[in-house]
Amino acid sequence: MFDSLTAETLARMQFAFTVSFHIIFPAFSIGLASYLATLNALWLRTRDETYLTLFTYWKKIFAVAFGMGVVSGIVMSYQFGTNWSVFSDKTGPVLGPLMAYEVLSAFFLEAGFLGIMLFGRERVGDKLHMFATAMVAFGTLMSATWILSVNSWMQTPAGYSINELGQFIPEDWWQIVFNPSFPYRLVHMVLAAFLTTALVVGGVGGLHLLRDKTDKPARRMFSMAMWMLVFVAPIQILAGDAHGLNTLEHQPVKIMAMEGHYDSHPDGAPLILFGIPNPEERRIDYAIEIPNLSSLILKHDLNAPMEGLDTVADEDIPPVAIVFWSFRIMVGLGFAMLGLGAWSLWHRFRGQLYDARLLQRAAIVMGPMGFVAVLAGWVTTEVGRQPFTVYGLLRTSDSLAPIAAPAVAASLIAFIIVYFFIFGAGTFYLLRMMNKRPDTPHLGLRDGPVRAAGIAQMHHGDSDTNLGQ
Amino acid sequence: MVIELSFIWAGIIAFAVLTYVILDGFDLGVGILFPLARNETEKATMMNSIAPIWDGNETWLVLGGGGLFAVFPLAYAVVMPALYIPIILMLLALIFRGVAFEYRWRTERWKPVWDAGFFGGSLIAAFMQGIALGALVQGIEVTDRAYSGGWWDWLSLFSVLTGFAVVIGYALLGATWINLKTEHRLQAQMQRYAVFLGIGTLGFMGVVSLLTPFQNPDYFQRWFNLPGSAFSVIVPGCVLLMAWLLFSSLKAGKDATPFFASLGLFVLCFIGIGISFYPNIVPPSLTIVEAAAPDSSLKFALVGTVVLVPLILAYTAYAYWVFRGKVDPEEGYH
Repeated sequence: MFDSLTAETLARMQFAFTVSFHIIFPAFSIGLASYLATLNALWLRTRDETYLTLFTYWKKIFAVAFGMGVVSGIVMSYQFGTNWSVFSDKTGPVLGPLMAYEVLSAFFLEAGFLGIMLFGRERVGDKLHMFATAMVAFGTLMSATWILSVNSWMQTPAGYSINELGQFIPEDWWQIVFNPSFPYRLVHMVLAAFLTTALVVGGVGGLHLLRDKTDKPARRMFSMAMWMLVFVAPIQILAGDAHGLNTLEHQPVKIMAMEGHYDSHPDGAPLILFGIPNPEERRIDYAIEIPNLSSLILKHDLNAPMEGLDTVADEDIPPVAIVFWSFRIMVGLGFAMLGLGAWSLWHRFRGQLYDARLLQRAAIVMGPMGFVAVLAGWVTTEVGRQPFTVYGLLRTSDSLAPIAAPAVAASLIAFIIVYFFIFGAGTFYLLRMMNKRPDTPHLGLRDGPVRAAGIAQMHHGDSDTNLGQ
Repeated sequence: MVIELSFIWAGIIAFAVLTYVILDGFDLGVGILFPLARNETEKATMMNSIAPIWDGNETWLVLGGGGLFAVFPLAYAVVMPALYIPIILMLLALIFRGVAFEYRWRTERWKPVWDAGFFGGSLIAAFMQGIALGALVQGIEVTDRAYSGGWWDWLSLFSVLTGFAVVIGYALLGATWINLKTEHRLQAQMQRYAVFLGIGTLGFMGVVSLLTPFQNPDYFQRWFNLPGSAFSVIVPGCVLLMAWLLFSSLKAGKDATPFFASLGLFVLCFIGIGISFYPNIVPPSLTIVEAAAPDSSLKFALVGTVVLVPLILAYTAYAYWVFRGKVDPEEGYH
C-alpha cells in the first residue's frame, strides 16, 4: 500500500494526520476554558444556580477533551525530532526556545491548576478555585500565543541569520516572536477557537431546547452561544480579511493558490467564487467569477494588477487544488456562522429565541462546523506554504530525518489505528455526555475521577459534584 | 561564556529529566501495579491517588523534549531518529494510559479495555524509557550532524536489561506511593511488594552498574580514575544507606519514608549516569558544547527558565498539598 511513497511523503502524511487530530482538541479547549472561567465568575457574582449547573456540565466535557489534547500534544513535541530532525537541528536555536516558553508558561500552568479547577472547589474555597479556573484559561491562551508565534515564524521568518552549518541563528528575539504574520494569525486562531466553542455550546443548547424548551440551563447556554456568534463572527471575518492582506504582502504565492489565479491579470483580477482547478492545463475549469473583485478586496483598487502563478517557478508552487478548496470551505463556513448569528438576533428581538425550532436545528447542524473551518483554515495556510517548511528558506524535502520509508510507514499505520480507536472512543463519550441534560448529576458512571485524597474533617466531594443529588 | 551557559543548560535539562523520572515514575508505577487491585474500590483508590497530578508530571517529559530542542537541537535531532521505535511506542503507550483516567468512568462495558490500556500503557512506556536509556548508554553513531546507525541499533541485551530495570524501579516508586496514599489491605499488600521490588531494583542497579563500564572504555576511565573514582566509593555507600532506610521504614510500617528512600535511589542512579556521560550529552562522541544552540538562544531561554521553573515548582507543590493525605475510597461514589 505504501510501496510507491517516499519517506518524505509518508512523514508529511504522518505530521498532517497527527497535527490535524491534535488541533481539534486545543481549538475546543481554548474556547471552553475561557467559557468555564466566565461561567464560574458569573456564578460567584450572581449566585444564579444555572451558571453553576452549566459550569459543572461543561467542566466534565472539558476534562475529557483536555486529556485528549494533552496526549496528542506530547506526540507533536517529539515528532519534530523523529521525522524532521534536520529541520530541528536547523531551526532549533530559533524555534526551540519559543516552544520551551510554551511548556514553561502554559503547559505547566494548565496541568498544575486543572486538578484544583475540576475537583478542588471545596478544598481551596471559591476564591482560589476561581483563580485556578482563570489560570487554566490563561494557560490555554498562552499556549496558543507561543505556538502561533512558532508557526508564524515558519511562514514569515524574521530576526535571524544563518550560520556556516546552515542553522538559523536568533539575532533579534522581538522580531522573531512578533514576526510579521504572528499578530494576525494569533487573533484569527483565538477567535476561531471561541467560535468553535460557541458553535458546540450552541448546538448542545439547541438540542436540549428541542427536547424541552423550558430547560433553563439549555436556554442560558443557547442564548450565550448565539450572542457570541453575533459579536465574534463579524470580527472574525474582518480579522481574516486583514490576515489575507498580510499574506498577500509576505506570501503572495499562497494567495495566488487560494484565489486560483494561474494567470497574471495586469488590468485587475477577478474573484473566482467557484470552479474546478485543473493543474495540468493550469486553469480553473467552469469558473464562476466576478470581474476585478479580487483586486478590489486585496488591493482596494478595481484595476490593480495582480500577478499569477505563471510568474512563479514550477518547483515553488504549492498544491493549488487543495488550497483553493480548503480556503472556500473555511470562508463559506465563516459566513454561515455570521448568518446563524444574524438569524438568532432576529428571533431574539421578536422574543422567540427559545421557540425557533428551525434555528435550533440549524445550530445543531452548525455545532461541529467550527472544527471543519479550523481544519480547512490550517490546511490552507500549511499547504499554501509548501514546498517549504521555513518559507522561502528551507525546503520540506531538505528538512527530513534520515529515516527509511518502512519505519515511517509502520509508525504512520500505528498512529492511524491508535488515533481512530482512542479518539473515536473519546468523541463517542463526549457526544454521549453532551446528549444528557445539563442538569444531569451523573454524566458518566459517576462524576469522573474525584481527584482527591480525603482529609477526614474536610470531608469529601465538592459542591459541584453533589449538585442535584 | 559559551561553555558556562551550555553547562548550566545541561544541568537544567538533567534536572527536568530527573524530575520527570521520579514524578511520572511513581504514577507509571501505579499503572504497572494496577492489576493487583482486587476490586473496583481498590482500582478507584489507586487511580484517584494520581489523577490530580499525572498530567503535571507528564509535562516534565514535554519539557525534556522541548528543552532539548531549544538548547541542544543537535542532540535532539540525533537522538530522536536513533531511538525512533522506542520513542514512538512510548508515545503510543502514554496515549493509552493518559486517556484511561477519564475514559474508564464513562463506560461500563469498555471499562476493562481502558483498565488494560492503563496497565499496558504504563508498562510499555516504562519499558521503552528503560530501553532508550540503555541504548543511549551504549552510544549513538553520529556522522555529519545526523544519526548514521541502523534503526534496530537500540535493541540489545543491555538495553532490554535496562528496560526491565526501569519497569521494576518504577513499580517500586509506585508501590511506595500507594503505601503513602492508602490504608488497609491495599497498603499492607504494597508494603509486602515494595520489599521484593526494592530487592529487585537494587539487583538491577548492581548488574547495570557492573555492565555499564564495559559498554564504553571512557566510562571505565571515568569510574576508575579520579575524580570519578571518588564517586565510585561514595555513590554505592549512599545506595546502601537508602536501601537500609527503605527496608527498615517498610518494616516499621512508615507511610512516607519508603517513598522518599526510593526516590533517593533514583536520584543516585541518575547521578551515576551523569558521571558516565559527562562531558558528552550523547555518548560516545557528541559533547555538551558541540550540541548546544548559539548563545543568544541559551540566554533567551534561560531568562524565562530562571523565573518560571521556581514558580512551577511552587504551584506544583501547592497542588500536591491540596490533595494531600490518604485517598478516601468512598469519595468516588457519590
